[in-house]
Amino acid sequence: MIINKDANNITGSTTKLATPAAATSAEGMNRRDFLKTSSVLGATLVIGFGSSGSLAATADNASAADFNPYVRIHTDGTVHVIAKHFEMGQGTTTGLTTLVAEELDVPWDSVRVEFAPSNNELYKNLLFGSQGTGGSTAMANSFMQYREAGAAARHCVLQAAAEEWGVEIGDIGITDGVVSSGDKSAPIGDLVSVASTMPAPDKPVTKDPSQFRLIGKENLPRMDSHAKTNGSAIFAMDVKVPNMVYAVILRSPKFGGVLKSFDASAASEVNGFVDAKALPNGTGVAVYAVSTWAAIKSRRAIKAVWDDSAAETRSTATMLNEYADKLAAAPVYDVTGNDDFNTVREQVRAADTAVSAEFSFPLLAHAPMEPLNCVIEPTESGVTVHDGCQFPALTHPTVAAVLQLPPEKIEIKTYYAGGSFGRRANPDSDYHAEAAMAFAVLGGKRAVKVVWTREDDLAGGYYRPMVAQRADISIGDDGKVSGWAHQVVGNSIMKGTPFEGFAVHNGIDNSSVEGISDTPYKLSNFSVGLTDFETPIKTLWWRSVGHSHSGYAMEVLMDMAAEAVGQDPIDFRLAHLDETDEDNARMAGVLKLAAEKSGWTSNRSEGKGMGVAVHKSFGSYVAQVAEVSTNDDGAVSIDKFTCVVDCGIAVNPDVIRAQMEGGIGYGLGAVMRNEITLSDGIVDQLNFPQYEPLRLADMPDIDVHILPSAAPPTGVGEPGLPPAGAALANAIYAATGTRVTQLPMVKHGIKFA
Amino acid sequence: MSFSINVNGENKEVDVDADTPLLWVIRDELNLVGTKFGCGVAACGSCTVHIDGQPRRSCITPISSVGDSTVTTIEAIDTDVAKAVQTAWRELDVVQCGYCQSGQIMSAIGLLSENAKPADADIDSYMQGNACRCATYHRIRAAIHRASTILEG
Repeated sequence: MIINKDANNITGSTTKLATPAAATSAEGMNRRDFLKTSSVLGATLVIGFGSSGSLAATADNASAADFNPYVRIHTDGTVHVIAKHFEMGQGTTTGLTTLVAEELDVPWDSVRVEFAPSNNELYKNLLFGSQGTGGSTAMANSFMQYREAGAAARHCVLQAAAEEWGVEIGDIGITDGVVSSGDKSAPIGDLVSVASTMPAPDKPVTKDPSQFRLIGKENLPRMDSHAKTNGSAIFAMDVKVPNMVYAVILRSPKFGGVLKSFDASAASEVNGFVDAKALPNGTGVAVYAVSTWAAIKSRRAIKAVWDDSAAETRSTATMLNEYADKLAAAPVYDVTGNDDFNTVREQVRAADTAVSAEFSFPLLAHAPMEPLNCVIEPTESGVTVHDGCQFPALTHPTVAAVLQLPPEKIEIKTYYAGGSFGRRANPDSDYHAEAAMAFAVLGGKRAVKVVWTREDDLAGGYYRPMVAQRADISIGDDGKVSGWAHQVVGNSIMKGTPFEGFAVHNGIDNSSVEGISDTPYKLSNFSVGLTDFETPIKTLWWRSVGHSHSGYAMEVLMDMAAEAVGQDPIDFRLAHLDETDEDNARMAGVLKLAAEKSGWTSNRSEGKGMGVAVHKSFGSYVAQVAEVSTNDDGAVSIDKFTCVVDCGIAVNPDVIRAQMEGGIGYGLGAVMRNEITLSDGIVDQLNFPQYEPLRLADMPDIDVHILPSAAPPTGVGEPGLPPAGAALANAIYAATGTRVTQLPMVKHGIKFA
Repeated sequence: MSFSINVNGENKEVDVDADTPLLWVIRDELNLVGTKFGCGVAACGSCTVHIDGQPRRSCITPISSVGDSTVTTIEAIDTDVAKAVQTAWRELDVVQCGYCQSGQIMSAIGLLSENAKPADADIDSYMQGNACRCATYHRIRAAIHRASTILEG
């Protein structure tokens, strides 16, 4: 699908790219498909990376068969950028197009973006080795790749002009999409046909950063702003294809429950009810109807019986006691590798100046605004999956396996995603697998759209894990940390998934301890232990993954340690950073600028407090200062956040600021009042009223500063979140003297205004 | 049952149960998908439309209650206030995922239509029912102020 700035329907202006599955088939590229495809492209210049990884220009001829495009230039001068990453609001469609437009020197309003098809070879995330978006890597892995794609296209255009005009390539320039040399000039589109016959360079020369015109530019409008403000932006939830039936799934109320039987006789009385079928793996009943509402009504009329013998039947309160037992025992895994956890902990506890704290973090749902949904549409030879697809490399084989189809029979069409926060990237591809099952058991002839309600979403699992931590810290006579024993108990996200190979080593799931075990702080006698917690409740990465809890714990602990020795929290942190080390210098850099920009003071005044936190995640450094005040009833208002980020070269400064604002807001809402709890295995929170999102009135004023940097770009989607909760907690302590280590805050003594 | 409703200036006949929320009539029957489903219980505001010029949560508005009222959705709203709000939203690049923004914009138009110069407290209170999980609130507030300035001319 092409995303025009005024996209007003989902079927219009669709350009057929090479059959995506061709590259994922065992045979590799299907030449005939590409030949067929190239004729559709017409007179356009396509720059892509061949399967060998080399760049090449292709056009309306047979040579197009070997390449799949990143950049397409039309004769009217319009430039299409094919985005290998999906857009969940984080700004990738703006970012990837910026890179291409920068190198091509074309006007911003001539650039369009469309989502890449599923093709695990051509569109892989270079940091993952497979096609998918996550870990705040979209810009980090694409920065050179998309610039080189733009630079290669530019080179072909320049060669074409050189040949047409008989001038040296070095004497030709491009300004705002107009190619010129001396008294000769032509719009870029006029040169497309000739340019497409030119050989692309093996190693395109990209601009020197001093020549950047769009990278780093302020006020470059977002690619998706227009369509998302007039109702024309299309999300997967908006897809309607011919003869489509709507479905909702009746799922086990308990995690791990298996369907025994169901009775749909009352549902057949509901207008619009079509059918009800058990999903083949026993996870639920697919309820089909002619509209979403009829499906929801029909589901209410169905009675199901579940086998709970393997289900989670505990309450979260009971689980927390089990967490406490595990925290009291020696950890199963010695993360820091010195096999000295118990020794360090004993030494620390015996020290004169010691700080101890226990933390608990609840299960959290991602709750993206667009509830999960997926359309499976039959095609002549297979199916099309319509989805806000975050991880085609997972979804494609999952759907293939469920439908027992060869991968090349499956096409994935990616749409805007109404948020994700991690939920749409799932090693199980749970909602795609479910949609594929619902499609198959209905007969596989009729398109099926599975829609999750908000109730389904909140009760649907794949939560941020529940985590407990305990740290014991000793401080030496020099006022610095002399020992730190930090134990984590939580359930592993990665074990048993395709990511186990790179995320789990010696039994240790790095995502359980990231942000602690790899802290940039120089801490003497630092030992980290980990114990897994087992539950049938599925857990998943939730915006910033392990950093979502480790950032909170580490930065509250640094505050407690600073207080124990009577030091200013910023001075204490800086004393544990060695600025001769580049990594530590960047961490210190954001901290110092945050202090300056916020007018930092650790002096308390009546009912007001400032709190600081700094955390490195996904390669980026973020420091935040929170300012809170309390009213006469002691209720806390979050007045302001000052945020400083060092994410390397800032490609789209305003997108970075937006991600900091959003990361802070998402983090604050969660620590303030969000938790998923279970009573005898059943989720207590039904809908938003019980899982109350951050609201406009809760949002502080936010002042974001980007630290100038020449380092390669790193993530921004997640790094704004980890310090936010800790900065708030430290500010609340400064204002009220209450130290919050159990979340959410509203359940542990804090009232918000 | 058959219902005749006026949506975006056109009379439409639909055959649905009387309890069908207006949201699903708009989306599934009339194919106007700019109005979004977020919660179904009027707790997020993604489904906000205007009924006789007033912002209403279409997810809890049964089709049987619409009667002769005029329904306006994001696709067709074009008052001066609406244009100012959309302009301000674009100037400040408010959107992230964008899913809630139709509802945010329909509410903001409602606010500015009855209060041309809202204070922060007015914005807090009027926009409280519109959730944004991307937390674009900081910019929503600024964009409402900006739209107010645009309307002043």
